[in-house]
Amino acid sequence: MNDKVHPLERLEGLEPRNRKFWDSAFRWLCIFVASTSIFFLLVLLGSVLLIGVKTLNWNFLTHYPEPLPENAGIGPAIWGTIWVCIVCGCLALPTGVATAIFLEEFKPRNRWLRKFHSFVQLNITNLAGVPSVVYGILGLTLFVSMAGVFGTPKEPAVSVGVDYFDQFFSAGEKALLIPIEDASAPATVVTEGMKAMNTDGEWVDVNVVKSRRRLPKDAEARKYALISGRESGRIEKASWYYFRLPFGRSVLAGAFTLMLVILPVVIISSQEAIRAVPRSLREAGLGLGATPWQVVRNVTLPAAIPGIMTGAILSMSRAIGEAAPILILAGAVFLTASPGNLMDNFTVMPLQIFDWAGRPIKEFHSLAASGIILLLGILFLFNSVAVIIRQFTQKQNS
Amino acid sequence: MATLTKPESDTESEGTPKRKTDFRFRSLRSTYIKEWGVKSLLLVCATLSIFTTFAIVAVLFTEATRFFQHDNVYCDAVIAEDGDRVCKAFVGTSTKITAGTEQACPECGHMHMMPAEITVVDFISGTKWNPLLGRESEKEFGVWALISATLMVSGIAMCLALPLGLITAIYLSEYASPRVRATIKPTLEVLAGIPTVVYGFFALTVITPTLQIFHGGFGTFNAMAGGIAVGILCLPIVSSLVEDALQAVPRALREGAYGLGATKFEVSTKVVVPAALSGIISAFLLAVSRAVGETMIVALAVGSRPQLSLDPRNDMQTMTGWMVQMALGDVSNYDVEYLSMYAVAAVLFLITLALTFTGNIVRSRFREEYQ
Amino acid sequence: MNQTETIAVAKPTTFMVSSEPDQTSENIMVEMRNFNAWYADFQALHDLNLSIPEKRVTAFIGPSGCGKSTLLKWINRMNDVVPIARAAGTLQLGDTDILAKSTDVVALRRRIGMVFQKPNPFPKSIYENIAFGPRLHYKGLSRADLDDLVEWSLKKSALWGEVKDRLNQSALGLSGGQQQRLCIARAIAIGPEILLMDEPCSALDPASTSKIEDLIFELRKQYTIVIVTHNMQQAARCSDRTVFFFEGKIIEAGPTRDLFTNPQNKQTEDYVTGKFG
Repeated sequence: MNDKVHPLERLEGLEPRNRKFWDSAFRWLCIFVASTSIFFLLVLLGSVLLIGVKTLNWNFLTHYPEPLPENAGIGPAIWGTIWVCIVCGCLALPTGVATAIFLEEFKPRNRWLRKFHSFVQLNITNLAGVPSVVYGILGLTLFVSMAGVFGTPKEPAVSVGVDYFDQFFSAGEKALLIPIEDASAPATVVTEGMKAMNTDGEWVDVNVVKSRRRLPKDAEARKYALISGRESGRIEKASWYYFRLPFGRSVLAGAFTLMLVILPVVIISSQEAIRAVPRSLREAGLGLGATPWQVVRNVTLPAAIPGIMTGAILSMSRAIGEAAPILILAGAVFLTASPGNLMDNFTVMPLQIFDWAGRPIKEFHSLAASGIILLLGILFLFNSVAVIIRQFTQKQNS
Repeated sequence: MATLTKPESDTESEGTPKRKTDFRFRSLRSTYIKEWGVKSLLLVCATLSIFTTFAIVAVLFTEATRFFQHDNVYCDAVIAEDGDRVCKAFVGTSTKITAGTEQACPECGHMHMMPAEITVVDFISGTKWNPLLGRESEKEFGVWALISATLMVSGIAMCLALPLGLITAIYLSEYASPRVRATIKPTLEVLAGIPTVVYGFFALTVITPTLQIFHGGFGTFNAMAGGIAVGILCLPIVSSLVEDALQAVPRALREGAYGLGATKFEVSTKVVVPAALSGIISAFLLAVSRAVGETMIVALAVGSRPQLSLDPRNDMQTMTGWMVQMALGDVSNYDVEYLSMYAVAAVLFLITLALTFTGNIVRSRFREEYQ
Repeated sequence: MNQTETIAVAKPTTFMVSSEPDQTSENIMVEMRNFNAWYADFQALHDLNLSIPEKRVTAFIGPSGCGKSTLLKWINRMNDVVPIARAAGTLQLGDTDILAKSTDVVALRRRIGMVFQKPNPFPKSIYENIAFGPRLHYKGLSRADLDDLVEWSLKKSALWGEVKDRLNQSALGLSGGQQQRLCIARAIAIGPEILLMDEPCSALDPASTSKIEDLIFELRKQYTIVIVTHNMQQAARCSDRTVFFFEGKIIEAGPTRDLFTNPQNKQTEDYVTGKFG
């Protein structure tokens, strides 16, 4: 048997042409399928442009989302996105990079610490797979209401940088303000001889009258005249550093929630960037007698910065486009003003787009499309910066 | 450590020529303290991820427990004209309450029929989801009505994303010239970077009308359009993960097969794909998990009617869709519907966790195989 | 190895050189004339003229980067997958022009088996590894045919005794030397005329190396073998003809015995005596 030339000598070989046919057929299938992604992208961008380009104008960028589609704009949502994303970036990027450094550069020898390390790593990979809507629910409980530990957002247990007033409208249609200790104080009762602040912040004497008939006729006197028993409205005047616990449906709650959403992305991309730094560089640093942290600060981090930046930009663009968690924790709120401090209510661009897209009237769809064009434009800018950084460093390294 | 700080007298006693600038080593102690401080700071940051996981689990499961204990809603208590809370059971007709048992109502103190408690078994096995209409006693919380819609949408998405993603990945990894790669790769990256709300808009305003041209039976909201959009969303995820897996297959295997006279098609399908199989499976699992958790597309395009249906032309409500409806609506924080959001979220979390966990395990096994 | 004899050479190194086979029956299997090859702008091979005889073992030796592996990869057009590689000149397998565009690469590779530097069994069972090639190339294969073929190839590659009880286990469980013999079995299972071996023993321990060398000696009765090697003893032990490459050129080619005992060229002499390389 061993001397047989080949056991299959008697069999006919397969026609190579037949196999060649399948080879090229599969190649064409591949080309076709791979170009479907280009097709999808073109159709998506084309339809969005077609629907939305005519409503994209200055008014749209600056107005608030008025109920009439002609006047509606995306202004507060743009500012909301800027606020939330800047705060979120300030929170997530340092934390994420620090975690990545810890995981990559401070690998412990101790058995228990090693277990802790791999547990953190496992947590991060799994957190990256948690749907963002679940983070929304987490944020709702953890940041918005803080599980009720600090009271309600309307009557916060801790608040700094805000003054509460009871507001009355005088017979002369002027607002009169009476400062209140804290949000939970009982409503002010109109009493004889009370003093109030006018809108310019000056203290004035209030002329309290018993009934409508006794109101003075003179317009100047009517300015500060109030009928006793008149109901007040509680208002708050917040300074830029206003802070309260719980956060309520505020910019800060949104930023914290988004931070949790993008943290795994930041960590994983930073880890990859740090891992890409050659071992020899590190060893050179350690060989000179530098401590691990000195090596990280002076050798590893500078070398990994471009990679970290790319990852940071990509995760920030994820944060800009993220709607589900914000939707869960902020709801679809109607806002006429942009946020002015961290505790203000807010909405973001994707959420405004969602709101418009979900309405049955076609005009709102074109508003949504305009919003999408704007959103995609911003994301495109972000990503081009990332691409430029990547190419720049590739050129430097080669 | 102190001995390492070079004392001045040392240099003199050895009689070495005096340096112009007399230097001392930095104190190592302060370096070590700083080192320790930095390390602890980093440790704190790293602990945040563990804290997040625990927070998710704690929040979801405590609130879900409240949902099952049902401790804030006892009966159909309503505010009567005079401000007292009165049981609906005693205003108007009480006969409608049929389910449940007769108990002392904590709201009004009377003995009357109480709505049945929502049990975990009913929740997990029930197929009707009907919490917004009717009285407390008529509310039904059978999560399968939501899970089925999620499965339907994810199933359609995967039917689209898996084959297309797999073939695209094979093309990119085995066939494409660098120039073609330079076109398709960025396209996929752009597709992956588009916010999901955009896909939702696309599904609602482009895919659904297109489907309606081909078949009149598609409603304004339907599972098909949502599924297709989720599929397009998952396509770049599948293709990039699968491509990674294919690239991890050693060149030597391909060369071996080419050396035996295999065509490119045979090398790809008979050697490379089987060798990367576990990597491909993990990519699929991760993509399914992404599809299951997808929110904005289904909230916009799939509708809000929870029902157990196999017809993709119908509107349905997925698990995430229900959460969005609760977030948008003005249900009070203590209503049972609102609490049900947490129970649904817990189910969603468990499903996606199981998928990503197995996906990551398979993936790391696969990586070990080729290292 | 009973035909081998030890020849003491007046050089610092001692080689075992296989006996010269009968020179009369030499047919030319592969013929190259003015063959040049490039990687992008770098010329890897310069004006090669060489004939490789049938049913003989031809060894390519030379320092790293001298182009011997490049030439090997051109013989079965493995360089097709490298986009920057190109070649010019004549390279013929019998009557087939290897470099011609019209040449069917798949059919060509069926006639030319290849064994690689590192053993590269597919992550499948031993049986499937060997059945892979025949399944591609033959139609109407019955299970019995395949069984027959697997047994034949494994016996040919002297592996049958070691693996006959575990044909369905993964090939990755074999030792390095066994894996390499499996790769040889896989290559001969498709019935090639030539076996190209690209440093087949460089990743193996001495015991496995000697087994492979015995196998090569056995296989040359039936196949034309081209072996690239770094190891001069190996070239001396198991080849009939040796070609010495340096910087992309053929410095000297001839019967192994002559090349090692009486090199015509100073560079060859320096290399085979270990002065450089």
